[in-house]
Amino acid sequence: MIEFTLPSLGADMDEGTLLSWQVKPGDKVRRGQVVAVVDTSKAAVDVEIWHDGVVQELKVAPGEKVPVGTVLATLRETGESATATATPTPAPAVPIPKAGLAPRHPVSPLARKRAAELGVDPDTLRGSGAQGSVTLADIEAAALPKPDVAKSGAPAVSAASARQQEMRRAIAAAMSRSKREIPHYYLSETIPMATALNWLQRRNQDLPIAERILPAALLLKAVAVALQRTPQLNGYFRNNTFEPANSVHAGVAISLRGGGLVAPAIHAVETLTLTQVMAALGDLVKRARAGSLRSSEMSDPSITVTNLGEQGAQTVFGVIYPPQVALVGFGAITVRPWVEAGAVCAAPLLTASLAADHRVSDGHQGALFLIELRERLQEPQALAEAGSTPAAEQEKTP
Amino acid sequence: MGRRITYREALREALREALQTDPRVFLMGEDVGRYGGSYAVSKGLLDEFGPERIRDTPLSELGFVGAGVGAALGGMRPIVEIMTVNFSLLALDPIVNGAAMLRHMSGGQFSVPLVIRMASGAGRQVAAQHSNSFESWYAHVPGLRVLSPATVEDARAMLAPALADPDPVLIFEHAQLYNMEQELPDGDPLVVDIQRASVRRVGRDVSLITCGGCLPKAMKAAEELVNLGIEAEVIDLRVLRPLDDATLMASVRKCHRAVIVMEAWRSGSLAAEIMARIAEQAFFDLDAPLARVCSEEVPIPYARHMEEAALPQVEKIVAAVQAVLGTAS
Repeated sequence: MIEFTLPSLGADMDEGTLLSWQVKPGDKVRRGQVVAVVDTSKAAVDVEIWHDGVVQELKVAPGEKVPVGTVLATLRETGESATATATPTPAPAVPIPKAGLAPRHPVSPLARKRAAELGVDPDTLRGSGAQGSVTLADIEAAALPKPDVAKSGAPAVSAASARQQEMRRAIAAAMSRSKREIPHYYLSETIPMATALNWLQRRNQDLPIAERILPAALLLKAVAVALQRTPQLNGYFRNNTFEPANSVHAGVAISLRGGGLVAPAIHAVETLTLTQVMAALGDLVKRARAGSLRSSEMSDPSITVTNLGEQGAQTVFGVIYPPQVALVGFGAITVRPWVEAGAVCAAPLLTASLAADHRVSDGHQGALFLIELRERLQEPQALAEAGSTPAAEQEKTP
Repeated sequence: MGRRITYREALREALREALQTDPRVFLMGEDVGRYGGSYAVSKGLLDEFGPERIRDTPLSELGFVGAGVGAALGGMRPIVEIMTVNFSLLALDPIVNGAAMLRHMSGGQFSVPLVIRMASGAGRQVAAQHSNSFESWYAHVPGLRVLSPATVEDARAMLAPALADPDPVLIFEHAQLYNMEQELPDGDPLVVDIQRASVRRVGRDVSLITCGGCLPKAMKAAEELVNLGIEAEVIDLRVLRPLDDATLMASVRKCHRAVIVMEAWRSGSLAAEIMARIAEQAFFDLDAPLARVCSEEVPIPYARHMEEAALPQVEKIVAAVQAVLGTAS
């Protein structure tokens, strides 16, 4: 028997609301398959399963809010008997009614007593009391004859603003923790971008819009490749120790329409071709804004890359997203004065910055990373081809 | 028109009155005579009543409390002052195994009409060993009556009925109250009971159940809660044993919510006992989970900011009430 638990989809998540199941008992599932949609305070996330098997029982009903680690469903392993003769728990003869899955609805003792007197069903009411409990006032309000509600649009608006507030709170919690716990250091480097931009322009000129590569993709690939020399910037700081990540899962900071941001990961960027990075980036932005991210994308970025380019700010001073240990920031690529071969010229320049965790790395390593990043961006053709191998390709595609 | 006096002066007046009206009454304890009492309660009484009736004792709680039990058995009406509740632990045996149990053990042949006064509580930066609130421990013991005067009126008037009680009575004076000044109500003699809790403020939304040094904090919290549209009823227990269930339950049945505010640690405390009784007797009148504001479960710290953080405070009471009402932000 395998227990499928609610994963943490980010350092700021400690509970989630199950929105829907994509599977039902008896369904075969495969590792990597999306089996449920869970609402975190930030987004609706498609949650993947990490075992092959057959769904035995769904333990949480849609609409329930449960803490991280709660068993959402149980699976039989492939080959495990469906009749479960070997397991000590006998299969229930009568299917558990759906209502049995509902969480206990808190109703105060007084409210329950009064509800019985007034003939009100307290379980249909939304509680206004302590811990969301239904109170005497809720019961008595429900028993009153209902006045006509004219403003039907109002609740939806307030739900949206509640969601905004919740996301803001989640960001506040993660960022406060970061500034409280992580001794940040900051470095920046100006990178001449003429070579890279010219290469991109040549590459893109004959291609349809859908196949063109944006500078953002090239920068992501450059970060992943440059990180190979400074693994101290790529990983997680947990339980007072650094755990290097085995691959670069680049969290891409994406601002959402209507405010807030998420930073889901593109996995193993160093193994992807530039075309694949671009495709992954486009897909991720689209899905982040549509609110259909996958659990693995939310839970394991090993470094964050934030690109404020379009908005035109020159330098990013980043706040690391715990438990990660570094954030790479890119400002706008702008034409500025530059000295080349002893003469001042106008050149497209990019300010790349690094915010890194001083518990894990030192400025020397950070500087090596930025220099490596700069050098890689001077050889865009090599960068585009770097790292990708047929084997890596295969592993990436489920 | 009442007089305005301090809690300390009220206690002294009560002692003087007792010494004047009953020749069997005498006061005994550490520094009560020549020094005038550690909290200056008995100042001047030695000159007025002489060393036979205002007796300084050695620093031996076990000895002089035991002597008090003996004197009570012998027909006197002793008032024993233990400097603070912290030191009363040295006298637990004569209090618990002696005074509290002798009526029962003797089949009703002996009673111990003893009054023991002691200062209690924290909040004056005197560190852990001088800041305890052990009222709950004594309130656990059958055979004792435990009083907690929290007003100048009770400080002035509880001693007489305590002395009239044929069984041992403990009076806890919260050390932060000695300088509190209030107007005494009219009445000569001023008479109070030592059976009932008192509603110090009438409200309708939540019962704040408290005693001793926490009463002023609860009253202040109730004033602040008015600004939040919450009318708190404040109950002063006054008598910690036996508890006046009737007054407590009447308030809870009216307000439907209760927050217990007591300075002792919460585990195994009187606050816990009161919550249990409400759950037993008024469960179906409750419209919210019970809550309590007690001291943090640490030895009371010396540093001022840490001591303040450890003790019940007005803002903690306000927050607890808001949580119970579901209005916490």
